[in-house]
Amino acid sequence: MNGPAIWAIYKYEMFRFFRTLMESLASPVISTSLYFVVFGAAIGSRIEQVEGVSYGAFIVPGLIMLSVMTQSISNASFGIYFPKFIGTIFEMLSAPINFLEIVIGYVGAAATKSLIIGVVILITAFFFVELRIAHPFAMLLFLVLTCLSFSLFGFIIGIWAENFQQLQLIPLLVITPLVFLGGSFYSISMLPPTWQVVSLFNPIVYLMSGFRWSFFGAADVGVGWSLLAIAGFTALCLGVIWWIFKTGYRIKS
Amino acid sequence: MTAIVDVDNLTKTYDGGLTALSGVSLRIEQGEIIALLGPNGAGKTTLISALCGITSPSSGRATVGGHDIVTGYRKARAMIGLVPQEVALEPFERVINTVNFSRGLFGRRRDDALTEKILRQLSLWDKRRARIRELSGGMKRRVLIAKALVHEPRVLFLDEPTAGVDVELRRDMWRVVEGLRADGVTIILTTHYIEEAEAIADRIAVIDKGRILLVEEKTALMTRLGRKTLRIDLREPVEAVPASLADYDLELAPDGRSLSYHYDTRGDGTGITRLLQALAAAGLGLRDIQTTQSSLEEIFVGMIREGAA
Repeated sequence: MNGPAIWAIYKYEMFRFFRTLMESLASPVISTSLYFVVFGAAIGSRIEQVEGVSYGAFIVPGLIMLSVMTQSISNASFGIYFPKFIGTIFEMLSAPINFLEIVIGYVGAAATKSLIIGVVILITAFFFVELRIAHPFAMLLFLVLTCLSFSLFGFIIGIWAENFQQLQLIPLLVITPLVFLGGSFYSISMLPPTWQVVSLFNPIVYLMSGFRWSFFGAADVGVGWSLLAIAGFTALCLGVIWWIFKTGYRIKS
Repeated sequence: MTAIVDVDNLTKTYDGGLTALSGVSLRIEQGEIIALLGPNGAGKTTLISALCGITSPSSGRATVGGHDIVTGYRKARAMIGLVPQEVALEPFERVINTVNFSRGLFGRRRDDALTEKILRQLSLWDKRRARIRELSGGMKRRVLIAKALVHEPRVLFLDEPTAGVDVELRRDMWRVVEGLRADGVTIILTTHYIEEAEAIADRIAVIDKGRILLVEEKTALMTRLGRKTLRIDLREPVEAVPASLADYDLELAPDGRSLSYHYDTRGDGTGITRLLQALAAAGLGLRDIQTTQSSLEEIFVGMIREGAA
């Protein structure tokens, strides 16, 4: 393992984040605050409690997940796509490092950034609603695993993308709908029975349910299933990355 | 002398079917400066990319410092510095950060004294806090060189280092190259300018269509490259070269209207004066004379013919 090289990539990527700290943090914080105002205060005041929790508090895990997932994907995909786009990737390829070390550097940095954003949103939430976290360690575990797996996924998108449009395609067409339909702002049990069954095919439902359980102790699906889903997703991403590593797909001719 | 770079039958065929390297073998001695000379698309950059790990060779093997570039890539690449042909730098980064990043990427601890020394050598020290996008084209090239040198490579690849570069940078660069040579660093540069190869290289390898046509000491090659042709158009066509001109090894055109004479500009005497006198003595009237220097392409063709003969 070339530790100094991983550290160099990680540090370099984190510098980019801190260089634009205000932009990086302001947008998720502002959009989350808007969600609280619209969903929590305006609409939420007309909604009864969901699963014994006020609606404003109920949507907190969903809001954090929504931001963390999209931020992980965009950070990691942009992180590796940008050197490909401007040509500086040659330096990675000619350095005495292997692909795994490149992945650890980039994905580690992307996951750290979205973790910071997730925590900032959580802190913001405390200003708007009364919140109690039932299982703090499980909450942290779910949060970290989500940051990691979706950063891995973003890394794959960044390698795959050949232009900026493709970079936006998967997050817009796949992730955002799945997150919205994945019970971020409601409990699956509020859906008609048919749609409840359909929802079970949405992987995000499992992540959301587990994360919400760590806050309120109530879940749509079993916590075990949630952990299994996130482990499976991480394994799938690692598998794809291993294949990219073996074949040099879209990075090395 | 030991070979620090040893390329053995290296072949690269791209997925599209283009063969950029076909069976390249080359031994580069430690501490020498070798120029890879060849036209655009000859395979110069592909050879460098394969040795540096940017493309994977299709077959054959190569070692750098005795380390195989595939199985021992860490040790091999740690010895290599690469200045690419294209300027590829992150526009928003500061000069000093991107240079330090390169050193880290090669697994080396930060060394501020060394970074300062390299930046000063390349007249970049005053610009160290500047962002890349604020720099001129020439300055960006200097940054690329600094990035390639900061991990103290033993083998330096310079891919078309002077393409589009001003005189001042060229001078600075050759000064740096001289310093590196004094430290025993091996330098491999690609170029399609004969003059450039002539100016700094010890040996020259001519490459075309993915093959090494020859590797020669510079002085020997320059003699060959110094040949010119004098064409003499005659007033009246002749059927054969007159016997009195037999010593000059003249070539008669098929239509009998012109004679070609090959000579060496670097020789002690070109023989042109004597030839012209002999032509007059033989009673041949001249309509026109012109001289041509073989272009690089013609030289390559000549070399392929010589190789085949």
